[in-house]
Amino acid sequence: MSSSDAPLDGALLSVRKLTKLFGSFAACNEIDIGIQPGEIHALLGENGAGKSTLVKMLFGVLEPTAGEIVWQGQPVSIVSPGEARRLGIGMVFQHFSLFEALTVAENIALSLDDKIPIAKIAEEAAALSIAYGLPLDPYAHVADLSVGERQRIEIVRTLLQNPKLIILDEPTSVLTPQEADKLFETLFKLRAEGRSVLYISHRLEEVQRICDRATVLRHGRVTGACDPKQETTGSLARMMVGSDVASIKHDDRGERGEIQLEIAGLSVPARTPFAVSLKDVSLRVRAGEVLAIAGVAGNGQGELFDVVSGEFPVASDDLIFIRGEAVGTKGITARRLLGAGFVPEERHGHAAVTTLRLSDNLVLARSQSDRKAFLGGGLLQIIRRATVKAATKRISEAMDVRKSGEDPLAGSLSGGNLQKFIVGRELDRQPDVLVVNQPTWGVDAGAASRIRQALVDLARAGSAVLVISQDLDEIFEVATDIAVISEGRLSVSYPADEMNRERIGLLMGGTHGLSSEAEPAHAH
Amino acid sequence: MRIELERRADVSKLLGILSPLLALLLTLIAGGIMFMLLGKAPLDSIYALLVEPLFDPWSLNELAKKAAPLILIAVGLSVCYRSTNWNIGAEGQYSVGAIVGSIIPVYFYDWQSPMVLPLMLVMGALGGAAFATIPALLKTHFNTNEILTSLMLTYIAQLFLDWLTRGPWRNPDGHGFYGTRDFTPDQVLPPIWDDIITAHWGLIFAVVAAILIWFMMRFTLRGFEVVVLGQSERAGRFAGFSPRKMVWFSFILSGALAGLAGISEVSGSIGHLQPDISPSYGFTAIIVAFLGRLNPLGIIASGFVLALTYIGGEAAQLSIGVSDKVTRVFQGFLLFFVLSCDTMIYYKVRIVWSRLRAKTGATS
Repeated sequence: MSSSDAPLDGALLSVRKLTKLFGSFAACNEIDIGIQPGEIHALLGENGAGKSTLVKMLFGVLEPTAGEIVWQGQPVSIVSPGEARRLGIGMVFQHFSLFEALTVAENIALSLDDKIPIAKIAEEAAALSIAYGLPLDPYAHVADLSVGERQRIEIVRTLLQNPKLIILDEPTSVLTPQEADKLFETLFKLRAEGRSVLYISHRLEEVQRICDRATVLRHGRVTGACDPKQETTGSLARMMVGSDVASIKHDDRGERGEIQLEIAGLSVPARTPFAVSLKDVSLRVRAGEVLAIAGVAGNGQGELFDVVSGEFPVASDDLIFIRGEAVGTKGITARRLLGAGFVPEERHGHAAVTTLRLSDNLVLARSQSDRKAFLGGGLLQIIRRATVKAATKRISEAMDVRKSGEDPLAGSLSGGNLQKFIVGRELDRQPDVLVVNQPTWGVDAGAASRIRQALVDLARAGSAVLVISQDLDEIFEVATDIAVISEGRLSVSYPADEMNRERIGLLMGGTHGLSSEAEPAHAH
Repeated sequence: MRIELERRADVSKLLGILSPLLALLLTLIAGGIMFMLLGKAPLDSIYALLVEPLFDPWSLNELAKKAAPLILIAVGLSVCYRSTNWNIGAEGQYSVGAIVGSIIPVYFYDWQSPMVLPLMLVMGALGGAAFATIPALLKTHFNTNEILTSLMLTYIAQLFLDWLTRGPWRNPDGHGFYGTRDFTPDQVLPPIWDDIITAHWGLIFAVVAAILIWFMMRFTLRGFEVVVLGQSERAGRFAGFSPRKMVWFSFILSGALAGLAGISEVSGSIGHLQPDISPSYGFTAIIVAFLGRLNPLGIIASGFVLALTYIGGEAAQLSIGVSDKVTRVFQGFLLFFVLSCDTMIYYKVRIVWSRLRAKTGATS
């Protein structure tokens, strides 16, 4: 054992001065971490802080530029995920890699090297899932399973390798509060067996609740190592962001006005075998309101956004109304011309084209609504670059978009900055109706707070805002009214101050009304 | 062991510009090796193939004649490819353009009017466009793969041309040659400048088309729409652009330009319609489009480069005694190296060994 120079004696895994360069950019810069046996270790940081890069190096997906990884006292080079598994490192990714058309057992078999009969795998998987409180039917098809159940497959798959260290990347981002509690119980069991868990998250409350130690990253460097239970959420956030995060102000809400956005009994069949159908969805958003739709991912949020935005129009006009106009069959351009703005969930390749400049991405959303300003030359429709660039500059300044150069490629911006631009691009028009899907998904705390404040301010100025979000903290920060979507069904909406996490959790579980506990907010 | 393509974090701008030149250089090297294996002197052969034609006025005019259809077709294809509609059937659209444009000379042989030639050109373009609507229709309504349909339609067009020129449209006084009667002077596309530039007006059409399409792609909303839908259909939909309409637009535009190329070639270079009207211009134009980096102005340059391989190939048969297949091999090398250079600029190849290695001196 040559660990005499190691600062962390007895560590299961320690990392010394680990660095990963992409060109001249240091995604990870001389990172030191030590993970002890039998601890749940949090890795905290904003988006772009280097968390993913670090764990990809630990799991053999990326090769470090410099530095050392020491596993049980031995310096190792982890060149592939297979290598990592052999050492005893397992990883559950944020985005699952499962074949939807195959069964649970078949999916597990695919990740194992040896040719073990499926029946044996199914048996072992079932045993493991019971032992760790992760109920799972090995013969169920993945397509039929909820996101939480799919995550369990990934966890069971990892546990079958009998790992000493399990890395979990943002595991609760797709879970209901109740499902998350179950996951935590499993993690405690693993810890009791002496296994270690590296838990990546940006949810501070969770980290405080379950983690023994935390390492905080910012801009690729370690900015703090602490016991999260000794810290406040405020002090943890400061380590993550580097400054205090502004809290959302919405004390004096504006008057409620006319109904600006209405969906009346809309049912839409699923477009693809793995999409969700919408079932009798109704909602109304008045001027001055922020209606937030909570729900676990994959319950019809994307499909709802598609029909509200008009990217996929519906069969009849009188199912969707924008500012009193029946627009069901109209496309997104017609809806924009009525004063609506839209922000899709996916930034890359939906809200923005990453290979185009920021100014081009402004034209993307506003070529028709700002036709008079942005286009010249009559029928030739020549894009007026100077006007568009000036507007891009205005939006970037208004939303504090940090970028390299005057008009960089959209893909060169960090997630948070690009999202600020995408939201700012709509706000700049002063839309009467704004529909936003996952406004701060994967966005750092500073940018998230800025975006949420902008949504609240927009409603206060008299617009109707519809926010679809999986993030309950966000929903409670911005919403005046809350509804919950589950399996393509939308609950009635309740005033935000009558709602709490438990009641939202019940609605997420598929109880489509709380009538036994509370009266609906609006008797439409 | 496995081989991975890893996206480069920062792409060298200089290499991006130099990539086509690098591809040309590699083609020359590979071509030299090929000549060596054929037992010829590599440098002399390449000189005969690619340099000698440039010093001969006759060859230069032939070069312009060959470049015209290549540029015209490739410019249309560049719009298709930028919008990720893979029209591989320009050869067929070229043939149908030639057939439809020849209707007037065949059925109204004695009609003499300055209107005849413009009408023939317009009909050629319409014919090519109409033929290109078939893969567009199949793609938009039945979700058919346009690569297969447009390619297969090419063979239908070629066999139809073959049947016409050997059958109903055959000149009875042709003395055993297949083809229509020779076009009258009113039906022939004239040289650009009598006796000095004998290449026909096709080259002017090609350059004008390239400049117009360049303007469209660079400055107009339509060009923006092409690029956005090509990069991401989802983002295009979000912008309010219709992916379906783009299929129609790009196919009709490229079909029309291929059709115009077809009738220009028949009217300007050949002088009558015959079974064989193209040394695969429609397929070679795919190479032209990519070598020109799908930029219409770049395509003007790359069109001349590929035209040179045709001229040089013909000359090389005589001067160094190799088969005309050499031309096709050179074109193949060129496409291969263009695509590989582009890939290597954006990605790096990583070979991953899965054995455990002890870490040695990584902390330098």
